[in-house]
Amino acid sequence: MSKPDQKRDFGFETRMLHAGHVPDAVTGSRAVPIYQTTSYVFDSPQYAAELFDLKQYGNIYTRINNPTTAAFEERIASLEEGAGAVATSSGMAAQLVTMMTLLEPGDEVVASQHLYGGTRTQFVHTFRKLGVTAHFVDPDDFDAWEAAINSKTRALYAETIGNPQGSVVDISRLAALAESNNCPLIIDNTFATPYLCQPLNHGAHISLHSATKFVGGHGNSIGGVIIESGRFDYSHYPTIANPSPSYHNLRFYDTFGLHGFLMKARVETVRDTGSCLSPFNAFLLIQGLETLSIRMDRHVKNAMAIARYLEDDPNVEYVAYPGLESSPYHELALRYCPRGPGAVFSFGLRGADPRGAGRRFIEALNLFSHLANVGDARSLVIHPASTTHQQLSDEELVASGIDPGMIRLSIGLETEEDLLWDLDQALRAI
Amino acid sequence: MGSRSGAACDLTSHSLLTAEQKAIYQAPDLVRRTLGFASSVAIVGLSTKRQKASYFVATFLKSRGIKIIPVHPKADRILGEKVYPTLKDIPEPVDVVNIFRPSHECPIYAAQAVDINAKVFWLQLGLFNEEAATIAGAGGLDVIMDLCIKMEYGRYDGTMRFLGMNTGVLTSKKAQIGRISSHEDVDLSECLL
Repeated sequence: MSKPDQKRDFGFETRMLHAGHVPDAVTGSRAVPIYQTTSYVFDSPQYAAELFDLKQYGNIYTRINNPTTAAFEERIASLEEGAGAVATSSGMAAQLVTMMTLLEPGDEVVASQHLYGGTRTQFVHTFRKLGVTAHFVDPDDFDAWEAAINSKTRALYAETIGNPQGSVVDISRLAALAESNNCPLIIDNTFATPYLCQPLNHGAHISLHSATKFVGGHGNSIGGVIIESGRFDYSHYPTIANPSPSYHNLRFYDTFGLHGFLMKARVETVRDTGSCLSPFNAFLLIQGLETLSIRMDRHVKNAMAIARYLEDDPNVEYVAYPGLESSPYHELALRYCPRGPGAVFSFGLRGADPRGAGRRFIEALNLFSHLANVGDARSLVIHPASTTHQQLSDEELVASGIDPGMIRLSIGLETEEDLLWDLDQALRAI
Repeated sequence: MGSRSGAACDLTSHSLLTAEQKAIYQAPDLVRRTLGFASSVAIVGLSTKRQKASYFVATFLKSRGIKIIPVHPKADRILGEKVYPTLKDIPEPVDVVNIFRPSHECPIYAAQAVDINAKVFWLQLGLFNEEAATIAGAGGLDVIMDLCIKMEYGRYDGTMRFLGMNTGVLTSKKAQIGRISSHEDVDLSECLL
């Protein structure tokens, strides 16, 4: 009789469905149950004391850990081949928890300037309140990265696929630069998802997600997650190596080794900021993960067809999708996202009044939903110049990397021909 | 890199060991067999300080009903257990010798582990010494290196997943109370799963 095959390297789809959950010993529940509880009865006073001292692996309080959330965490950690993961209440919280775990007042971060606007705002304004300074550089310019790094730099930060430029970052080169400066490289992998890119396998040390997007995939739950490789040497990295005054002078790296960062993020930062994921949202995000590869293949297929269609339309000035051969990031996309560089991209409308054309285009659409999100199963659209950035002049728009006729699409899972029909009739109406 | 994290995913991907060495010194079957039968573990270098890794490990093993035998040159009692200055001073049978000392010291402990008829010579996370492995192996001991005995226990009894760590354990079999997951020969008392 063959033994349980513990040496097999299971494939991505198998892990999508099975990692992080063994059917429960008592009920045998096949689906991951929703543990909608705040707290957990301790085995004994002795056990409780050891649990609070982190000497036991166990459930403490849902603000710190929860079995449903833990299944989500282990599953996504397995998909990106990390040592583990910590889920958070949102993608913004994932960033903040990561940075608050790593940084102290006076520390600095060097980040790509091709970032989600909310991230940039957090890095500039909220970090300032914490005494942390962020510098932003052109992600393609490695001289600029090096020039911005100094003795206070504690982390490098970039997005796998940046918007609205559709830029793909050279992760392995950036990871080498980070390591040579004793910094972890943090990659926001939201747009690529664990299926299209595994940043840790390219040398990044921390990968994080707004799980709200393609991971959940159905536009119903806000959530975030931090995955860590377990490969960064924190022995000379102050916050993780030094005794922690908030945990009886515990040295997280010395005691937990490859789990040091993750333990500190969970039992200090998430504990103290209250930025935990709700178990119900964790359950919904798990449902998303179970079909991730199948959905992403279709998202990419639809995105590719639409990008090619738009590129040939006379009303379209440009299409910033790295899946297109015309993109300056095509080579990097093939290297880091060989199955396709996601399904969120921007394009520009041509004409004398591109801002007005953008407004008319949005009004004419029937299937694309006009809203501020990406990564839904449904196709989404937004025209920054008439919504999020409407207060800016044309010149100010261009300075912030957005042109008046720029439209951002998040391509969903609808029938490809129907999406092409909707875009075509809207382009004819402007 | 391929899809690596199947069952027994190698969590120690920062490991000091080559793939061939891992296959010998971190073999999942060996690790689980060891966890299954170990009823006494001598811990060389167990600290008297409650925030040191060795203290965490000893507390954890004790809670699982495993007899821990501290080996420390000066201390008298640690975690309520009588301390012995060297492995050779221990008057009772030892199943596993677990090392929390620098790698270069390990050949000495390997020879002593052979002398006291221990069954497994286990070097903690971050430790690797081929000479020590050869000595222990020639003496009939199984050798595990660069793994934490607490993490491995937590991986296979399922409790490590409560903290969102990637255990690499993947099975459709129902968990069994008091047993290392999907391993029928192994019985663990006071397991939390």
